Amino acid sequence: MTPINYYLGLGALLFAIGTVGVLIRRNLIVVFMSIELMLNAVNLTFIALGRAMGSADGQVIVFFVMIVAGVEAAVGLGIILAAFRNRLTVNADEFNLLRW
Amino acid sequence: MPLGIFAFFATLAVISALGVILQRSPVHSLLALIVTLLCVAALMIGLDALAVGLLQAIVYVGAIVVLFLFVIWLLNLERDPEESGRLGIKLLAAVGAAALVGELTAFLTRTHMSQQTVNSDYGSMAQLAGLIFGNYLIAFEVTSLLLLVAVVGVVAVARRWPSPRLANRPPTLSAKPQT
Amino acid sequence: MLIDLIISAIKAIFVVLLVLNLSAVLLWFERKGSALIQDRIGANRAGLFGIGRRLGLPNLGIINTFIADPLKIFTKEDFVPDRADKFLYTLAPFLALFPVLISFAPIPFGDRLIVGSHQIELVVCPLTAGILYILAALGLGVYGAALGGWASNNRWALLGSVRASAQLISYELTMGLSIIAVVMVYGTLDLQEICRAQSGTWFGWLPKWGIVYQPLGFLLLLVAGIAESRRIPFDLPEGESELVAGYFTEYSGGKQAAFMLADFAEIVLVSALISTLFFGGWQVPYLQSDGFHLPGGTWLPLSNPVVALLGFVAFGIKVVFFCWLQILIRWTLPRFRYDQLMTLGWKGLLPLGLVNLMVTAVAIVAVGGSV
Repeated sequence: MTPINYYLGLGALLFAIGTVGVLIRRNLIVVFMSIELMLNAVNLTFIALGRAMGSADGQVIVFFVMIVAGVEAAVGLGIILAAFRNRLTVNADEFNLLRW
Repeated sequence: MPLGIFAFFATLAVISALGVILQRSPVHSLLALIVTLLCVAALMIGLDALAVGLLQAIVYVGAIVVLFLFVIWLLNLERDPEESGRLGIKLLAAVGAAALVGELTAFLTRTHMSQQTVNSDYGSMAQLAGLIFGNYLIAFEVTSLLLLVAVVGVVAVARRWPSPRLANRPPTLSAKPQT
Repeated sequence: MLIDLIISAIKAIFVVLLVLNLSAVLLWFERKGSALIQDRIGANRAGLFGIGRRLGLPNLGIINTFIADPLKIFTKEDFVPDRADKFLYTLAPFLALFPVLISFAPIPFGDRLIVGSHQIELVVCPLTAGILYILAALGLGVYGAALGGWASNNRWALLGSVRASAQLISYELTMGLSIIAVVMVYGTLDLQEICRAQSGTWFGWLPKWGIVYQPLGFLLLLVAGIAESRRIPFDLPEGESELVAGYFTEYSGGKQAAFMLADFAEIVLVSALISTLFFGGWQVPYLQSDGFHLPGGTWLPLSNPVVALLGFVAFGIKVVFFCWLQILIRWTLPRFRYDQLMTLGWKGLLPLGLVNLMVTAVAIVAVGGSV
């Protein structure tokens, strides 16, 4: 049997990779993918902790996270589409109108 | 899940996750993301969460990632936007990520978790459904409202409203430019 | 332990070979069947040294389809277009074929077979969430068509890909809804359990098959299934008269063969799903685990291997029948327009599926619990 800690460590690693992706990439779509990666790392952690505690509530939370991720992807990609129409780019650095 | 199988999926997940953030072409990133999601699904199944693991494959891989693919097609993103000189933020990101991993690892290695034994219907659809339609019923119903709001919101945001500014834009859906 | 492993391996290889061979037979069936429907002769050229002709046998095109055409297709140049994404271009045919092949794993092809002290379930992988697994595998199948067309660097191919992925995710909803209704009726996601629940009769003569509970669900799954396998009348992703060949326009040789095989394997998959969910799978009318119980009280005892074999044959006959039905539909109907396709999917089938689901739910509550 694999100890639960290994799963948690993997979740932490995947989350960190997602964070780095958000920070270093300028392509909005790839930034979005990195966010999905982070959500997935959290999902894995939920499942692992739920398994460790022997309760299925973690799985229910993951179920809700999936729904919210779907909603978030749809709305976010819609916003990216609308932004692309105005600027003809998906480079996050170009969207600087609200910058001080 | 035996340690060997875990190591296989974990390694594959980490490599493909790195692929997501390091590939130049968004479609390749997308493919790497699919591999990561499937690995995570497999790991979930290894943690006795059969229904949720399969749902992960259905919802993420079958629906959400297809949405990404559509948007990449619609925007015709062949190559990444040019990276500007941003070494500082990359360095910062690397340090921050290392710190995050270090902190979480230190935290995790010090906790001792004993794994409970679970009975055979753990992670089955029946158990999941019992919880969703029991304890979490209100949250579940609110979720449907969330989805409805999202549908309306996406249509409102992404719809091409008739506007003179957008009249002579080049069409966005086309194959690779013939150079 | 080892013997279980060997049994599993044999079952897996058996099913994969069965599906691949049935796909090839379907190809022949389609050529000769379409010729029959259109009053042509169909494939009748190739022969082996004129043996058949000398013996005066009619040429049924068997050599054409099973020997000459595969030889031809596999010896073609393996073409990669200029500026194509080579990696994805090579990967895509396999992304199309493998998800279809693995989705046969939880579909039972027979009842329990008892060999010595071993009870062998005639299903490759008895999963408690088998239906979810099939839906997940089908969801993966989108990427073969989607990435293949994108990677070919061809406008027709890209258009075919966009059409294919939009069509697949639209009709997957209807497919899922019709399957959920069946799951609600039987209260399980395990396909073997669903098959078992369809044994017995009503009034002593009507087999207790799912079609009686879910006639509308059957029609929805049939239509959605044909749309999933991207065949006429839903063949817009590859419509020859509009897009050359759609997403596999640029493919040649073995890769194109993989795409075609995936299409035919999908027909088999849809047929297998329909027969499992609505027509009892391996159930033979009046046959129970100890022999035939005919209406009128006659009992015809049979041993376990015979019953298992009969079940397997019955499943095969049902699958072949629905494959035939799909080919018949393909050569009978004209192609939809794309907006008609979307209208049918979202405004026709989806609401019908929801209504079916609600009526089923109300009925289940009214009679107090699933079957």
